[in-house]
Amino acid sequence: MVNKMDIVPEIIRENIINLINKKERADGRALDEFREIFIETGVIRKAEGSARVKLGNTQLIVGIKPQIGEPFPDTPGTGIIITNSELLPMASPTFEPGPPDERSIELSRVVDRCIRESNMLNLEKLCLVEGSSVWLLFIDLHIIDYDGNLFDAAVLATVAALRDTKLPTAKIEEEEIILDYDNPQPLPLEDTALMCTFAKIGDQMILDPSLDEEEILTARLSIGMRSDGTICAMQKGGEGPLTKEDILKAINITKEKIPQLIEELDKNIPQTR
Amino acid sequence: MIIIITPDEFKRVSEAAREDGRAPDEIRPLKIEAGILERADGSSYLELGGNKILVAVYGPREAQIKRLQRPDRAVIRCRYNMAPFSVEERKRPGPDRRSVEISKITAEALRPALILEKFPRSVIDVFIEVLEAEGGTRCAGITAASVALADAGMPMKDMVVACAAGKVNGRIVLDLSEEEDKRGEADIPVAILPRNKEITLLQSDGNLTQEEFEEALDLAIKGCLKINKIQKEALKRKYGE
Repeated sequence: MVNKMDIVPEIIRENIINLINKKERADGRALDEFREIFIETGVIRKAEGSARVKLGNTQLIVGIKPQIGEPFPDTPGTGIIITNSELLPMASPTFEPGPPDERSIELSRVVDRCIRESNMLNLEKLCLVEGSSVWLLFIDLHIIDYDGNLFDAAVLATVAALRDTKLPTAKIEEEEIILDYDNPQPLPLEDTALMCTFAKIGDQMILDPSLDEEEILTARLSIGMRSDGTICAMQKGGEGPLTKEDILKAINITKEKIPQLIEELDKNIPQTR
Repeated sequence: MIIIITPDEFKRVSEAAREDGRAPDEIRPLKIEAGILERADGSSYLELGGNKILVAVYGPREAQIKRLQRPDRAVIRCRYNMAPFSVEERKRPGPDRRSVEISKITAEALRPALILEKFPRSVIDVFIEVLEAEGGTRCAGITAASVALADAGMPMKDMVVACAAGKVNGRIVLDLSEEEDKRGEADIPVAILPRNKEITLLQSDGNLTQEEFEEALDLAIKGCLKINKIQKEALKRKYGE
């Protein structure tokens, strides 16, 4: 049978747990420290917005392609975002070709929730003609190197790609939509939300788990947070339980980290208003 | 992270320049980098004009599917895939008929260079991701795949290098761009083993006389030999002389 997990040798497992109990990590990071972050935008010219992000050795490319389409009947006045991710077989020996599996679908849905529920993107401004024409934004996440913690890297790359995105200006004349490609406009972004993911190992909640740490965690918690500290999305994963204290501790660390992440993002691609 | 090589030797000026200003026997700006992914056993990144291609190699590893196993050698599997954002109109994710065909001929183009007898019952996976497409992606994919295979330490008799030639506005030209491919009369992708110039991939799409075909084939082989130098430079940069 195909092995869906990377196997961590017992000696490494014990080493990681012993270190974490002493509040240390195998790669020398503090328990609440991200790996090195690299952000590059505008990497795909044929996409209206794009970004490549590296979080340690985890690497992905996000491309954004717009289309004009019909709104959902229950939200006639709002644009639509569609988030899709591909855990490419090139990214890990444990990823296989084929339609998105449950891990891939969970990733897209969590990223989608963080973007959508934060209201960072004003979807009402993506409506062209109420009830008939709105912008559809396809957000495609292409995972090319998997070394742990896809969630935070994926949200960071998606937000960077959204900031990079420019849509043609749309004018409505006699019920015709005229697209002006010479005057592209940035997206109506009104806030920034990002994500922090924690792994519970031993009794500790550690930020940004590496691949080895991810394989031995008992529980995982991802927290999406807006710039003002409001929580906009959460996802618990893993087979073990979390205590209320674990969760509150993770929220407090997230509050501290989100402004630092936003600063990192601003350095690479400032938000245009 | 990416080093740009300026291929000066290709910048011969011609009196009858092409739409993008190239001479008939000039390829687009090309850069190749070896070993850029952490998890894969071998990898490469290639830019040819507006094409951006990433290749990862895994293996030789155990063939999970029993019927794929060969008792006397390894098998090579290729997966050519286009990112949804790689083209003007978003492409639906997943394989279509075109990418399945390209995957098949790519595996066959690479096969003659590989010494597969060393790894019975195993499989070598080559994953080609087209991040951005601008004409000539199958050839670029093969060229990049060969570098990734070498980066993975696969025993090889030679590199494999690919380049297309074709007929545009009645003239035989090298390395067709997307525009030229759309408007052109014929397109011939060719892959060769540069040491003995044997051909491992040949397709032809469009009408040509025998003389025109010969001219195009010779031109494609010339292009391959130029590209092969850049392949080797990429590996030398990564591994030294």
